[in-house]
Amino acid sequence: MNELRNILGDVVTRLFTDLVTKDVLESAEQGEWPDGLWQAVEENGLTLPLLSEAKGGAGGTWGDAYVVVRAAGRHAVPLPLAETIVGSWLLSESGLDVPSGPLTVAPVHREDRLRLARAGGGWRLSGTAARVPWGGAAGHVVVVTEAEGRPMVALAARGAGAITRDQNLAREPRDTLAFDAAPASAAPAGPRMPADAVWLYGALARSAQMAGGLDYVLGQASQYATERRQFGKPIGAFQVIQQNLAVLAGHTAAAGTAAANAFRAADRGDPAFEIAVAKVRVGEAAGVGASIAHQVHGAIGFTYEHALQFVTRRLWSWRAEFGGEGDWAVELGRAVSERGADALWPHLTAR
Amino acid sequence: MQTFRFELGELPPQAEVLRAEVREFLRRELGDAAPLRRAHSWGGFDREFSRKMGARGWIAMTWPKRYGGHERSALERYVVLEEMLAAGAPVSAHWIADRQSGPLLLRFGTEAQRQKFLPAIARGELSFAIGMSEPDSGSDLASLRTRAERIPGGYRVNGTKVWTSNAHLADYMIATFRTHHDPAKKHEGLTQFLVDPKLQGITMSPIIDLAGAHHFNMVVFEDAFVPEDMRVGEEGAGWKQVTTELAFERSGPERYLSSFAHLATLRQMSLSVALMLQAGENPNLEAAVVKDVGTTFEQEIPEIVHTLLGVEPTIDSGSDLQQVLGFLMQRAPSFSLRGGTREILRGIIARGLGLR
Repeated sequence: MNELRNILGDVVTRLFTDLVTKDVLESAEQGEWPDGLWQAVEENGLTLPLLSEAKGGAGGTWGDAYVVVRAAGRHAVPLPLAETIVGSWLLSESGLDVPSGPLTVAPVHREDRLRLARAGGGWRLSGTAARVPWGGAAGHVVVVTEAEGRPMVALAARGAGAITRDQNLAREPRDTLAFDAAPASAAPAGPRMPADAVWLYGALARSAQMAGGLDYVLGQASQYATERRQFGKPIGAFQVIQQNLAVLAGHTAAAGTAAANAFRAADRGDPAFEIAVAKVRVGEAAGVGASIAHQVHGAIGFTYEHALQFVTRRLWSWRAEFGGEGDWAVELGRAVSERGADALWPHLTAR
Repeated sequence: MQTFRFELGELPPQAEVLRAEVREFLRRELGDAAPLRRAHSWGGFDREFSRKMGARGWIAMTWPKRYGGHERSALERYVVLEEMLAAGAPVSAHWIADRQSGPLLLRFGTEAQRQKFLPAIARGELSFAIGMSEPDSGSDLASLRTRAERIPGGYRVNGTKVWTSNAHLADYMIATFRTHHDPAKKHEGLTQFLVDPKLQGITMSPIIDLAGAHHFNMVVFEDAFVPEDMRVGEEGAGWKQVTTELAFERSGPERYLSSFAHLATLRQMSLSVALMLQAGENPNLEAAVVKDVGTTFEQEIPEIVHTLLGVEPTIDSGSDLQQVLGFLMQRAPSFSLRGGTREILRGIIARGLGLR
């Protein structure tokens, strides 16, 4: 771990522990934008870790961003922080200016097609993107799509399109944005950035968030097992609880490894294989992890009053966003079979 | 080591005749119910539906006629239950009384209690809740502390019950209190009571579940007076009665239908348990196996849908499939908690294997 990462780790942990309170989480679920929290996150330079210092960023790497995104997942931060990090990177890599304030990215669904057309000296954006994270709250939306035969990155302001509000299981905003020749700035996508970059890097971000969420549920379940007493001893003294928590710990460790490896690959510039691996492996861990954490917590963890659900409901949604395990397993299977069976092991050891 | 007996069996012809009647009834009553409403299944509370069930004679089916029952076979009751659950019928207003509270009164209640409560349950007019768990007593139920002290004419009750499903809707609760305290013998000194939730000294507050729904309650007793004639069974006999009652909860077909090779097999296993009950045997261990395998299957359903289809679970929008998935995903953790956690249930199975 380098120095920047250590500093980032300390900053995010302190900040999120202090500011992401139960009240903030509950009011965010009611649709309130947590402005104080956003201001604090922005002032601490957590929103633009990948931008150069000249552009107001932290001059960091995907490996540094991983620290922030994983912590955001661990604390269930009710902000488009991961989306802003990904969105600002997409803009910056493509030579577009990064506006201040929260960003989101679209399309989330691979089948949603957004069209970009020249109009005078500028560009116009059309089409509908469903379930865009914080689509109605983010100041701008960053779009990657194909136009004139090549991947393009575009930026449109909130209000450039119609917004239909909706939420995921964790009551995070997931809004539909409909554009009809909306004004946008646009540029050819940066080097090695595919037309489905939003889908790809969105999956990368969700992997880190889920890995963080698993850190949280493992910590909570382990702590609860030492505190809750039945039959005259802490329930953690029973072998069955120990075995379950050990399984949860294994999945949490695998999730953290898979996600970190994908972020490292992003720094190398060709992360498609590692992102597919991460979304499948972490998504699977999320399902098993949420189930074990709830089983250990018993009835108390099934209540809204208990904080466990803020994270487990996110795990259930995040694993399905930007492609579920099934979608990414198909990608992975295709990539592996294209190379042929004999190439699999050499490929793994070469990464 | 005991091996569990699951003999293949078939339902008698009259049970299949009954099945056709039940299906016709359900088609009429639920024909246009939305999939999400059906997904609530035994969570759905509908007094009008329960009264119609009572009028058809489909509650208290196996009880004696002198208590409003219908003296039908356990297998006929089984058919009604599996059809109700397969259709996602809203059975919760009579379900607890039919499955647990009624049979408990039939077995341990006084004649006056039977006369007063059983016919009304059979008509689908009386809804019951179960007051067992406490903040510090879940799996270790015998450690419960809510005190019922004897005073002239009855008992004075102090303490707190939690997770009492539908206590805010029920007419009565069957609650287990401690009437005698000896730390060395925690299974002794427990007694069951019929409690009217509207009594003075009882305060109820909702416990909202993770999906934002209100099923659970916390019920606080502060010097609540429960008359002597509302005691169920002998003082100190509560533990035996409670374990009998939990066996009722763990033995029905509800554990496999609330949700194809697994389902078909579970249905055969469940039917086998019903046939053993009808034959007067005691299938408690087999029932525990069915519940364990059944809840595991139930919890796998949303996982399988997620893996195969990859659709996002939703709450208030999206397709029927997405909404049902969102509902089930958030409900699934409770399947292996209520009525005894998976760990407790597997402990019972292990005991059956002679391991403890």
